[in-house]
Amino acid sequence: MKLSALHQSYLNRRRSPLDSSVDAPSKSFLAVFWLVLHCLCCLISLLLGFRFSRLVFFFLVSTPSSSNLYSPPFRPDLPPPRIDLTPSNATTAEVKTSSSRVVVGRHGILIRPWPHPDPVEVMKAHRIIERVQREQKAVFGAGGKGSRTVIAVTPTYVRTFQALHLNGVMHSLMLVPYDVVWIVVEAGGVSNETASIVAKSGVRVIHVGFDQRMPNTWEDRGKVEVLMRLRALRVVKEEKLDGVVMFADDSNMHSMEFFDEIQNVKWFGAVSVGILAHSGNAEEMVMSMDKRREMVDEVEERSSLPVQGPACNATDKLIGWHVFNTLPYAGKSAVYIDDVAAVLPQKLEWCGFVLNSRILWDEAESKPEWVKEFGLLNENEGVESPLSLLNDPSMVEPLGSCGRQVLLWWLRVEARADSKFPPGWVIDPPLEITVAAKRTPWPDVPPEPPTKKKDQMSLSQGNNNVVVIPKQQQQQQQQQQQRSSKVRKPKRRSKRNKHEAKPTDTTTQVSSSTKHHQERN
Amino acid sequence: MIRSSLSVILLFLFFSASSAEHNARTERISGSAGDVLEDNPVGRLKVYVYDLPSKYNKKLLQKDPRCLTHMFAAEIFMHRFLLSSPVRTRNPDEADWFYTPIYPTCDLTPTGLPLPFKSPRMMRSAIQLISSNWPYWNRTEGADHFFVVPHDFGACFHYQVEFNLDTKQEEKAIKRGILPLLQRATLVQTFGQRNHVCLDQGSITIPPFAPPQKMQAHYIPPDIPRSIFVYFRGLFYDVNNDPEGGYYARGARAAVWENFKNNPLFDISTDHPTTYYEDMQRSIFCLCPLGWAPWSPRLVEAVVFGCIPVIIADDIVLPFADAIPWEEIGVFVAEKDVPKLDTILTSIPTEVILRKQRLLANPSMKRAMLFPQPAQPGDAFHQILNGLARKLPHDRSIYLREGEKVLNWTAGPVGDLKPW
Repeated sequence: MKLSALHQSYLNRRRSPLDSSVDAPSKSFLAVFWLVLHCLCCLISLLLGFRFSRLVFFFLVSTPSSSNLYSPPFRPDLPPPRIDLTPSNATTAEVKTSSSRVVVGRHGILIRPWPHPDPVEVMKAHRIIERVQREQKAVFGAGGKGSRTVIAVTPTYVRTFQALHLNGVMHSLMLVPYDVVWIVVEAGGVSNETASIVAKSGVRVIHVGFDQRMPNTWEDRGKVEVLMRLRALRVVKEEKLDGVVMFADDSNMHSMEFFDEIQNVKWFGAVSVGILAHSGNAEEMVMSMDKRREMVDEVEERSSLPVQGPACNATDKLIGWHVFNTLPYAGKSAVYIDDVAAVLPQKLEWCGFVLNSRILWDEAESKPEWVKEFGLLNENEGVESPLSLLNDPSMVEPLGSCGRQVLLWWLRVEARADSKFPPGWVIDPPLEITVAAKRTPWPDVPPEPPTKKKDQMSLSQGNNNVVVIPKQQQQQQQQQQQRSSKVRKPKRRSKRNKHEAKPTDTTTQVSSSTKHHQERN
Repeated sequence: MIRSSLSVILLFLFFSASSAEHNARTERISGSAGDVLEDNPVGRLKVYVYDLPSKYNKKLLQKDPRCLTHMFAAEIFMHRFLLSSPVRTRNPDEADWFYTPIYPTCDLTPTGLPLPFKSPRMMRSAIQLISSNWPYWNRTEGADHFFVVPHDFGACFHYQVEFNLDTKQEEKAIKRGILPLLQRATLVQTFGQRNHVCLDQGSITIPPFAPPQKMQAHYIPPDIPRSIFVYFRGLFYDVNNDPEGGYYARGARAAVWENFKNNPLFDISTDHPTTYYEDMQRSIFCLCPLGWAPWSPRLVEAVVFGCIPVIIADDIVLPFADAIPWEEIGVFVAEKDVPKLDTILTSIPTEVILRKQRLLANPSMKRAMLFPQPAQPGDAFHQILNGLARKLPHDRSIYLREGEKVLNWTAGPVGDLKPW
C-alpha cells in the first residue's frame, strides 16, 4: 500500500536532517549547490523520463549482472544491491531472519532469452485443456445428472446399403459423449461383413446372430426386426447392462441432442421422430405433392405431419400419440424392399421409444408396477411396439420438451433385392464376370458421340497414357480419321468390332484391352 | 481359526469398501489434514471477549464505514462472530483464550488504504488498559491472549519501504519487528512468510477477507468449459512507487509480464474487467504472485472459483497451513523459475490437474476460505477457532510467577510509546 504522498513525506524527512547538519558558513554555498544539482537532475529526468539520480548511483555502485539477466532497453542494468537481513546486533526477534532465502532490496527481472511461446508446449497445454473440458462434460454435463450408458440396439443384415446405413449409425454413436454399448443383431447369423464394419467403431459392440433370414417384403421385415430387437433386449437382461436403451435402426439419423435428452428418462420415454417417407421415384413424389395440393382444404391434410411421437396437453402431460398419416399413400406404398414407392412406417416405430434397462431385469428392484415382466413376454403374440412391454401405456414420459423437438429421423432406403456389391466394398482386380443388372436406368450401349475433328483425335493420342497403342493400331487409326476421337481406345475397338457380340459392357471392354496388353508385352 | 480369519477378511473388505468410495465430482482430502476442516470448535475451547471502550472499535468504524469492505475487514467480523458465538464465555476464569476487540487497521486514507502508523500506539494503549483492569494479562503476559492483526505485515504494523535507496531506512522498517508487547500473544494474521520477523512461530495464518456475497453473485454453471489456460489480472509494475520494477513483488510480477505477454496461453493484463470472477471460473490456472506482501486475495478467489492457484512467493506460509494441504491443491513456483512457468505448467500430468480440481471442488475447502455473514459451520471463523483449539491445552510454563516480568514495556521506537 504505497502512496506518492507518503513518498513525499519520506523525502521531506530525508532532506531536513541534511540541511541542519551542515556548518553555518558553507551552508549557503552547499544549499545553493544542492539546489542547482537537484534542479539539473529534475530537468534531465523530465526529458528522459526516469529518475536520473538513481541511474548515476547505479553506475557508480553497480556490479556485473549474471548472464541470464536481460533488461529492457531504457532500464538500467539491474544488479541487485543485495541487502542481507543479518544485522550486526541481532535481537531475538531477528535471529531467524539470518537463514531466510528471501532478501530485501532490488531484484532483477528475470527474462529468458526467447520470451515467446514454444509450439510443443502450446500443444501440450491444448491437450490439457481438452482433457479438462472432457472431464467437466462428464461430471457436469447433461444438466448435472451424470452420464448413463447408452445401449443402442440395431437390427441389421447384409445387403448393398448396409455399409451406408451402418456407417452412419456408427459415426453417430462414436460421437456420443457417454459410454456406449452397441448391440448389433444380424439376421442370417453373424457375418464377417457386419463384423468388419462395426469393428471400426471403437465402442463396445455385442454382435449377436439371429437365425432367420431377412424377408423381402417390408411388412415381414418389420416383424423380423421386432423379433431381433427382442433378442437384443434379452441380451440386456442377461448381461444386466445398466443404462438407457434406445433403438438405433441402421437407416435412421440421430441428432446429438437426442443422446443428451434421453439421459433424462426415468423409466420409459418417448421422443418425436421425423418420418421421411421417401419413395425414390421423383415422379411419384411430384404426383403425391400435387394430390396433396388438391386436398389442401381437407382437414385431414393438416394433420399429415411427418412426425410420430407423444402428444401432450397444455400442462405437458401425455394424452396421446401423433401418428404418421398413411392415407395419402393408400395403395401406393412399397411392398417389396426394392419397390419404387414410398416406404411407410409402422403405427409407432420402435426408434421413438427409450427405456431404462432396469425395466428388463429380472428382480423387482424398484421397477414400477406398470411395467410387464420382460421375461414372461410371449413373442409369438405379436409385439408391435414397445408399448406392449407396459401394462399402462399412459405412464410413458414424453421427452424433448414434450415431443416438440424432433430429435431423430426415420428413413427407409434400400437397393434392389438382387443388387450385388463387392464384399467388404473392396474391388479385387479384375472383375471377370458381371451379371447385367436388370432395368438399369442408363442404356447399356453408350450413345454415339458427335463426330469430332481430326486434331482432337491426335491430341487424345498424345495424352492417352493409360492404354498403349501398338503400331498397327496407330496406322489403323490414321486410316479411320473420320471416326470420332472422343471415345477411349477400347470403345473404338468395340466400334470396329461392332458386328461382334451385342451387349458390350464396359467390363468386357476392359478385359479385352488387358488381353491386348498381354499380347503386346 | 477359520472364524477369526473370516472376520479379518470381512473387516478388510469393509474398510476397503469405505475408503474406495469417493465421489467422482469432489475428492475428500483424506487423512489428518483434510478432516480437520470439518471439526467443530464448539465445546473444545472457551473465549472471553474483553469489554473495551468503544474508541477502540465502534467509534473507528463509525468514523469510516469503509473498514467493513476492505480486505482487512476480518478483524471486525471476527469480533462480531465471537460476540454471538457459543464458544464465548462471560466468565473469564474458565476461559482458555482472551480476545481484545481492537481494530488497528481501521485508519484509512482518503483513497481507502490503511495507514498502520498509529496502530502500535493504539495496541499499546489497549494492552495497558486490559493489564490494569483485568489480572489475566499479567498472569501470563499475554500468552493466552490472541489478536487479529490482518494488516500487510501483521503485527509489524508497517509496510516494507523497500523502494527507498537509503539502506538505513530499509533496515529500520524490517527491524521494527513485531510489536514487543505482542511477542507472547498468538497472532491471527494474513501475513505468512517463513523466516520472517513479522511471522511469529505460533501465529495462525488466515486468508484475507473477500466478500462472499459478491463472489457468490458471479457464479456461472459448472459445465461451461474451462478454456483459459492461465489467468491473471493485476499490476505488474507499481508505477507510483517503483516504476523501474525490481522492488515490487521482488521482480516476479514484472518477470511474468516480460516473459509471457506474447503467449496466447496466458491471459494476463492490468485491466479491471467486470467479468473478473466469471473469467476465473473459465480458467484452469490462476496466478497468485506476491505483491508488496506475499499474500493476496487472489488465493481465496481462486479456491472459491475452482481455479488451480499458482503461488509465486518464496517461503510463503499459506492460510490454515496445518489444516489444508496446499501442495496437493496448488502449484508452487519459485520466483527464480518464473521464466520457465509455461514449461512447468504444461508438464504437470493431466491426472494431477484433474485431482487438484476435484480437491478444489470440495465445498468444505471453499467454505474454509470465506468469512460469511452470518457465520456458517466450517467457515474461516471456525477454522480460526479450530486452530486456537489445537493449541490447547496451554503449557504450564506460560503462567508467570508473582512479580515475574518478561515483556519490556519500553521497547520499540520512541514514537510508539506516545499515548493514543
